Amino acid sequence: MLLDVLSLIPDGLERHLAGLVVIIPLLLAPISAALPNWRISWFITLAGLILSLICAFGLLQQVETSGELVYALGGWAPPLGISFVVDRLNAPFLVLISFIGLLATVFALSTIVKDIVEEKRALFFSAYLMCVGGLLGMAVTGDAFNLFVFLEISSISTYVMVALGATRDRRALPAAFNYLIMGSIGATFYVIGVGFLYAATGTLNMADLSVLLPDVMDSKTVHAGFAFIVVGLALKAAVFPLHQWLPNAYAYAPNFVTVFLSATATKAAFYAIIRMAMTVFSPELDFVEIIFAWVLAPLGALAAIVASFQAIFQTDIRRMLAYSSVAQVGYMVLGLSLATYAGLSASLFHLINHAITKGALFMAVGGVVLTLGSSKLVDLAGVARRAPWTMTALGISALSLVGIPLTAGFLSKVAILEAAFLRGWWWVVVVVGISSALAVLYVGRILETAFFKTPGPAQAKVTEAPISLLIPLWILAILNLVFGLDASFITGLTDGAASVAFSGGQP
Amino acid sequence: MIEFIFERYNYWAIIFLMMIGLYVTFQSGNMIKRMVGLSVFQTAVFLFYITLSKISGGSAPIMFGKDYPKKHGDDAHGAGHGADAAHGGDASHGVAASDVDALGRPYVDAYIDPAHPASEMHGLQELYSNPLPHVLILTAIVVGVATLAVGLAIIVRIREAYGTIEMDDVREADIKMANDEAAAESA
Repeated sequence: MLLDVLSLIPDGLERHLAGLVVIIPLLLAPISAALPNWRISWFITLAGLILSLICAFGLLQQVETSGELVYALGGWAPPLGISFVVDRLNAPFLVLISFIGLLATVFALSTIVKDIVEEKRALFFSAYLMCVGGLLGMAVTGDAFNLFVFLEISSISTYVMVALGATRDRRALPAAFNYLIMGSIGATFYVIGVGFLYAATGTLNMADLSVLLPDVMDSKTVHAGFAFIVVGLALKAAVFPLHQWLPNAYAYAPNFVTVFLSATATKAAFYAIIRMAMTVFSPELDFVEIIFAWVLAPLGALAAIVASFQAIFQTDIRRMLAYSSVAQVGYMVLGLSLATYAGLSASLFHLINHAITKGALFMAVGGVVLTLGSSKLVDLAGVARRAPWTMTALGISALSLVGIPLTAGFLSKVAILEAAFLRGWWWVVVVVGISSALAVLYVGRILETAFFKTPGPAQAKVTEAPISLLIPLWILAILNLVFGLDASFITGLTDGAASVAFSGGQP
Repeated sequence: MIEFIFERYNYWAIIFLMMIGLYVTFQSGNMIKRMVGLSVFQTAVFLFYITLSKISGGSAPIMFGKDYPKKHGDDAHGAGHGADAAHGGDASHGVAASDVDALGRPYVDAYIDPAHPASEMHGLQELYSNPLPHVLILTAIVVGVATLAVGLAIIVRIREAYGTIEMDDVREADIKMANDEAAAESA
């Protein structure tokens, strides 16, 4: 463990960490909304996320030493009561979400002034805290229906935050509306699926479901339930071809929201897919394996190629990065669909890398847009000369996105390839090869424009981003390099996470 | 076959509503109508849960008549799961030993211990519907209302910004704006 967080936490609180990590942001949300000054509100948000991060680290440390942790809410014993369950699969997600959330909050201080009118800023932070609380809740809950509630808490606040981009560009409104329609349909599909499972087993507790499901595995009810759950969550995770809401939502949302969403929202939904498919159901089941190999694997491969191809032709850098996100989700789906220990571990490795990389990229873009006022690719000509620190961080993260050796992105792509070889899926190499070549093209366009073109008069007003923006940006950029040299910290976490899903038999 | 179809008339009604909702959500160009479609779709799912919980002849799940619990902990269930390790506690407490947790706080769910279903514990005299789906759907209704509210608020803002609530008109306005920008750049 990097540092001993548990010793910082008072004794009495240690056993309530699982509850606190979610409760803190949710409780601070209404307080933040009521505050008269948005700076106090920002400070409260920052404090809340620091506390959440400490709790998340404490939980990670607890599960690494003593294994699974069950926290019964309100003293109602599971499976009837709702329980929060922390194990090695979701503890890394808690840390990831609160860590990125914290960095995004620091990033918000300087960008929010441009993006959102003053009287809405306190309310905006309130929505943001709700969103963080919802995502953390999704990761920590051990109850299938409770997952839906947290999913909707985070989604509804996300719709609001995306719509707030209308201050800058009115196209944020239709984008938010489409996201709302698609997101609600996805969540409702998930509820239908959970309803089927409840009809078949009579329980909603995930641990209980995984015990009871094998007995009723042959029923059509369970098969239909699985299909509904996977489709509903895949919509939220922007798995190709259910990603149509994502490019517009990312392109027109306020910068800060894009940074946060790209690094966490789809990741939490992806976690939910893993949790439902791998631990509630089991990858050894026939129909789960068939869906993985014949539905998810081709979709993941298509996403990696088609979305990368679409990214090349975007004129707006944020839309380009959004399409690239869809392609990266494709890699994760590919890794997951291998349904092996190595595949899941590689998929999670890539997920964490992508959160760091995409967070840094959107932050750097936000830093330039702050003074440039446009996110069009042509307007970025030569900005690296005006804002070298910002653009160098963008360069490092962009190389990691392509998967250049010595960056984190390289290691996780190799891990996915290795896992595919173990399974004998040689065609994955072709897919990753084509997709990486396409990534070179669009990343190349960004780097060429930013570094090698001559700046025009429009770029004269660009200055270096403020220090409160550079700090989180460089933390992420340096993490890209550190994990590119030695990723044993992340792989340790992801191997542990994969061992939760494959506890039966395999290593 | 006919019996199989007609026995499940409630599911047919739900499927019918669900399809209407989905169709309106995707087909309609008017945003308000889309929200209406979405609500119909969600309501169909709520009905699905409610219909799951219905037991024919069962009443509302509130204990009444002989089932009404007169005194907390004075019937058979205390002895019933006294051996339950998960519920271990000190016997000095007034109520049955199994009703308190390690801190001496009573378990609120002592009545409905899953290891000893209510029917076997108390020997319920009356037939009740399953209360859990009702509770779940109450939550889901609240979520649905929140979604509807946010959706309508966004529609109001769209109407202010674009002067229309038709999807097609909004899309045309966006395309026109993008074209104008491109023309301004090349000029």
